[in-house]
Order: sequence, then C-alpha cells, then structure tokens
Amino acid sequence: MLPFIENRLKQAALEVQEYVRLVTAAIHAIFTRPRYTYDIVQQFDTIGVGSLTVVILTGFFTGAALCSQSGLTLDQFGARPIVGRLVSASMVKELGPVLTALMLTGRIGSGIAAELGSMVVTDQINALRALGTDPIRKLVVPRMLAGLFMAPALTIISDLMGIFGGWVVARFQLQVSSALYWSSVTDVLYVQDLYQGLIKPFVFGFLIVTVACYVGLRTSGGTQGVGKATTIAVVAGSVAVIAADFFVTQFLVWAIY
Amino acid sequence: METARDILNEPGAPVVLFDRVQLAFDEKVVLRDLSFTLLKGHTKIILGASGSGKSTILKIITGLLRSDAGVVWVNGQRVDQLTEAQLMDVRDDLGLIFQEGALFDSLTVRENVGYKYYEETDMPLEQVDARVKEVLGFIGLVEHLDKMPSELSGGQRRRVAIARAMAFKPRILLYDEATTGLDPITAITVNDEVVKLRDLEGVSSIVVTHQLRDAFYVATHMAVRDASGQVRVVPATPEKCEEAEFIMLKDGLICFEGTAEELRRATDPYLQTFLS
Repeated sequence: MLPFIENRLKQAALEVQEYVRLVTAAIHAIFTRPRYTYDIVQQFDTIGVGSLTVVILTGFFTGAALCSQSGLTLDQFGARPIVGRLVSASMVKELGPVLTALMLTGRIGSGIAAELGSMVVTDQINALRALGTDPIRKLVVPRMLAGLFMAPALTIISDLMGIFGGWVVARFQLQVSSALYWSSVTDVLYVQDLYQGLIKPFVFGFLIVTVACYVGLRTSGGTQGVGKATTIAVVAGSVAVIAADFFVTQFLVWAIY
Repeated sequence: METARDILNEPGAPVVLFDRVQLAFDEKVVLRDLSFTLLKGHTKIILGASGSGKSTILKIITGLLRSDAGVVWVNGQRVDQLTEAQLMDVRDDLGLIFQEGALFDSLTVRENVGYKYYEETDMPLEQVDARVKEVLGFIGLVEHLDKMPSELSGGQRRRVAIARAMAFKPRILLYDEATTGLDPITAITVNDEVVKLRDLEGVSSIVVTHQLRDAFYVATHMAVRDASGQVRVVPATPEKCEEAEFIMLKDGLICFEGTAEELRRATDPYLQTFLS
C-alpha cells in the first residue's frame, strides 16, 4: 500500500512541476521574441468572440432564475423591491465570474486540450519543433493571453446579461417597477465588489487555459488519449476554477474590504 | 586555415556522427551503444524490426529527444548539449519527414510547405510563394497548392511532407518510414523523390524503414539529368552504390553495417530472416 501511495504522490509532484515549468516558459515567452501576433489575434477571436453566445445565454438565464428564486424568498420578509440588490451582488461578485469560467472550461478548455492533444498524437507538435517553432510560443502563449484578457471581458458581459435577465423577471413576473429595480441594482454595489468581480476572471481565465494546454501537450495514447485529455482538461479546469474561487475570495476579502 | 565550416562543405565530410549513444525509456533500453557516421551527400539506410529504435535515432539527431549518454554531432555542433533555443539553428539545416507526414491539418498545402518561411522569416510573400511553387513543382504537386491535407491521398501527403522538409533547403534530410503503408507504385514515386533530392540537390539522407524493397531501391538507383534537362532515375553505378550504406539494428546495437551488395551476401541468420 505504501509504495502505491508514494508513487501517486511522486506522480502528483511531477505533474505540478511540469505544469509550473510550462507556465514559467509561457510567461517568459510573452516578454521575449519571436511573437506570433496573428495567432494571438486569432485566439482572441476564437476564445472571446466565439464564446459570446454561450456566455450571454448563461448570464441571462442565471440572472433570471436567481431573480425568480430570490423574489420568492424576499416575499417572506416583504422585501421584494430590493430583489435587484441580490441579483447584482450575486452576479457581480460570484455567479458571473464562476459560471462564465465554468462555461469557458467546457467550451474552450475541452477545445484546446483536444486540438493540442491531436497535434501531439499526430506528431504535429514534433513537426513544429523540427521546423524551428517553439510550440509554447506558437500555441500556448496566444491561448494564455486570450484566456487572460477575454475571461474578464466575457464576465462583464455575463454580469450585465444576468442583471438584465433579473430585470425581465422582476418587471414582468414579480411586478417590481423598473426604476426601483435599477436603483437597487446600483445601491448595493461597492467598488470593492467590482474589483472582486474583475480580478477573479483573470485568475480563472489563466487557470482554464494553462491547465488545458498542459493536459493537451501531455497527451499520449492515440485518439483514445485525446478523448481522455479532453475529459481531464474539463474536470481539472472546473475543479481548479471552483477551488481558486474560494481562495481568491478569501484573499480579496482580506485585502480589499 | 581551414575552419569547421570549410571542412563540412567538402565532399565526404561527416555531417552526422553518433558516438556510443545510449537511450532507455524506464526499464526498456532502446539504444545500447550506437556509433555511426553519415558523410556529406551520402545515404544511410537504417533497417530494423518495429520498436528497434530507428525513429528514435532521427529524433535524437533533430534534438526532439535527448540521449542518456554518448555524443551526437550534427553539422559540427554537439546537439546532445544544446538547449531548445540553440537547437533551432541546427534544425534550420535538417529536414525531418515524419511517419504519417505530420502535416498541419488546419493549413493548406501552400501554408504547410511554406510554413517555415511564413512563420519564421521576414521573406516577402511573393518570394515565399515562388519557393513553394518551385518545391511543389519538383515533386509534381503544384496543382494541389490550395488543397487541405485531408483532400490529398496518402502518397500525396507524404510527398507534401517531403516538400515541406526540403523547402528551407536543408543539407540533411531524415526520412522516417516515408513509404510505409503506401502502394508499390506510390512508394516508388516517393523513393524517386529521395533519390532526386540526394543526387540533384546534394542532400545527405538518413532513411529509416523496414520496407526492404524501398531501401534497396534508394540504395541502387541514382537520378541523372539528361541533355534535354529531363530528370531520370536510373540504376546506380557501382561507385554510387557505395555511397549508400545500410545499418541493421538489433537489441539497440548495430548488427550489420555495409552496402546493399554486402547486405545481400550476408550470412548472419538474423539478417537472412529479415531479408527473406
């Protein structure tokens, strides 16, 4: 039993070491030449613009459902008019960043792992290296930058759509007046909340993409391995997002409030 | 005074040198103690059973894998000691043709062949296009310029892979099972490209294969340009045959090294089994 545990721990330590090496190399590559500008722009489009629909729909329906549920609870205290406060605070601080990150993990995390994994098993990564291209600069850096900057942008859109979805329910289902809803939305939001809602997506975007790139580049075992890598990227990415959410929240509560 | 570069430019200079190279993956020893030299303009044909370490040798030469021990020289540089960044310069002079071609499936034939120029140089696009057309013309696939790799046949994909490897004018080409899985006619077309590149472009080659027919074809044929400028592949002269040397791998060691004629006359039971 002990050797088994020892082996598992060594394996885990090795995985962490290799992940840190990849991330370090990618960060170094951001600040040094050559840079593949076309690939960076392409990834901003794929990850950012490509994820817009899913993020808009997720944000809208989350906000709408949240408003509907909160309305029922608030009714017990006769506090239905302040439903906007609850929707905006929840969306901006927690649900917007986390749900957007989870949707991105499903959409781009799996895509990145499958794409890089296929390139590994068909020797395209080795072909890149043999042709004098560093795969980290060409493949990881553009995705990392896109994840880093597009996740916050998408989160803002998701937050706005959530608040809008909340308004639709508040206005037409809960019969809360629009003026009351919109004023309560802004009443409760402090600058610290906005910081929290904006800092988290940077961390999530970075984690989703780097985990997916790492898993993709470590793929082995043919097409079956690609499928496995895709699953691992989504599972590991989702767990990383949720775990990071807890730690980042603790840190931000300590640091900015 | 003669420099290393001058020496490497002379005919018959050693362009690839393996000196007691060893490599193991965990418990499995792949290369036990491997030494050989590839001379400029010559061909080294590496034979061996599946899993005998043939492709591993090519990966060590290009720096895609690192040996555990021994010395590897490529064009006068010790690749076993270079960093990934330093290896990029060595790779400029190497072309590697992968087993399945390893073409970039999201790029067209044009983008695949001109990849290195498009991505790694500042060469004007018109010049890159001209070079891509020249190379594809050499292998007879210029009409497929804008097709995706998935639209090509297996043989065409291998030939595009050769075109991609030769586009940057490397002086050493490494073929990893370039004809495996191809029908005999297509395999001969690919073999002709190997012969033409060696004899007309002066490229030194290492051919890894377990297809004996293709190995002997490359070793015993030569490309000549006749008076009208037409290129023909004809049976090689005895002198030319001497420039192609076979290596047979067994258990991570070289169990035979010699010309096609010497291989045919070998009496070793393992070689006999392999040749039969």
